[in-house]
Amino acid sequence: MSLWEYANPKKFMQTSAGLLPWLWGLTGLCLAVGLIWGFFFTPDDFRQGSTVKIIYLHVPSAMMAINAWVMMLVTSLIWLVRRHHVSALAAKAAAPVGLTFTVIALVTGAFWGQPMWGTWWAWDPRLTSFLILTLFYLGYVALWQAVEDPDTAADLTAVLCLVGSVFALLSRYAVLFWNQGLHQGASLSLDKEENVADVFWVPLLVCIVGFVLLFLALVLMRTRTEIRARRMAALVARERLA
Amino acid sequence: MFALLSRDLRLAMRAGGGFGLGLAFFLLVAVLVPLGVGPEGGVLGGIAPGILWVGALLACLLSLDRIFALDFEDGSLDLLATSPMPMEGVVAVKALAHWLVTGLPLTVVAPVLGVLLNLPVAGYGWLVLSLLLGTPALSVIGAFGAALVVGVKRGGLLLSLLVLPLYVPTLIFGAEVVKRGAAGLAVEAPLLLLVAITLGAGAALPFAAAAALRVNLR
Repeated sequence: MSLWEYANPKKFMQTSAGLLPWLWGLTGLCLAVGLIWGFFFTPDDFRQGSTVKIIYLHVPSAMMAINAWVMMLVTSLIWLVRRHHVSALAAKAAAPVGLTFTVIALVTGAFWGQPMWGTWWAWDPRLTSFLILTLFYLGYVALWQAVEDPDTAADLTAVLCLVGSVFALLSRYAVLFWNQGLHQGASLSLDKEENVADVFWVPLLVCIVGFVLLFLALVLMRTRTEIRARRMAALVARERLA
Repeated sequence: MFALLSRDLRLAMRAGGGFGLGLAFFLLVAVLVPLGVGPEGGVLGGIAPGILWVGALLACLLSLDRIFALDFEDGSLDLLATSPMPMEGVVAVKALAHWLVTGLPLTVVAPVLGVLLNLPVAGYGWLVLSLLLGTPALSVIGAFGAALVVGVKRGGLLLSLLVLPLYVPTLIFGAEVVKRGAAGLAVEAPLLLLVAITLGAGAALPFAAAAALRVNLR
């Protein structure tokens, strides 16, 4: 039993088919509990009022936006090294999901920033880095779309993902260097005295777990779609030859 | 290598080579921005470092797809790939040729455009220095982007989308050098970081670009 078993599309399809209903169920449960708890059963913040509740969408989607890119980086590396097609297709499947999370984080951030900072947008390091991350996602998705041959596209996007990761990190530090921010630092760290208060923290944790599960479920489903599309293309090509 | 370099330079200089294109674009930006912003010297001088760097970056972007596209179409890239010279070397030479016909002229004319934009006197030296040290990074990063999209028809827009986020750190540090230099502040930190990006990109990206080219030629 090893992880590489799932590089076999058939094995992957079998396992993911069994796994998906559970994933969707848990996702729905976590998100329902977390969001309803967060929205209706937590007190208003004494300074931010009820706008603090945007945190239940904003923070998990922002975390997943970054994690999705990391996942794409890992799967791209696996594709480049071991040439497992499922891996490349998983990276392809994850990109639009990550892009959506990035946009959700930006939009909810704007809605939160308007009442709190008095502005929809500020050229704050974190906000700017996220905007740049959006551009990286857009470029990655566009390159997948533009190249016709699937293996060529997989190779090129994998190289782009590796180089892009380095430059995304560079941009992060360049942007920190360039401007000081409005955005607060990390407030969920385990090693700090001051964190978000427990009343907010527990439902937030449930939401984060829900978003992780949602991401997994979406990526699995989209990877299955990609595998099926690839199979269909192969069938069509075979028909044409016959 | 020298043969390839001189060939690329000659091709770029000839009619239709796009040698003047970037320069003309840079000039246009420097003329149009004051017309749009208004002639107040203070405002213009304040934004001049940023405008000049953005203009140089866009002018560079304009000619990127020429690095590999023409050679890919007429098959000379296949010849280069089968030649004894490693692909990484081809990429490095082509990026160098691109820099010689875009980055270097941009650097040379930048001070003149700085006058148009009311750049403070202290900024000129730093402007030239930062462009001289930063534009090679633009060419190398651009060569990587061009290698990625060389097989795509009408890849120009895609190329810009891919390359722009990669240009962000270079732009930030480059413009920061000029801004701080013009204001008389210490410039060591952004200048060293800019050089670091140029050297790092020059060392690592030819390999990535060569890998992409090999995939595209497969």
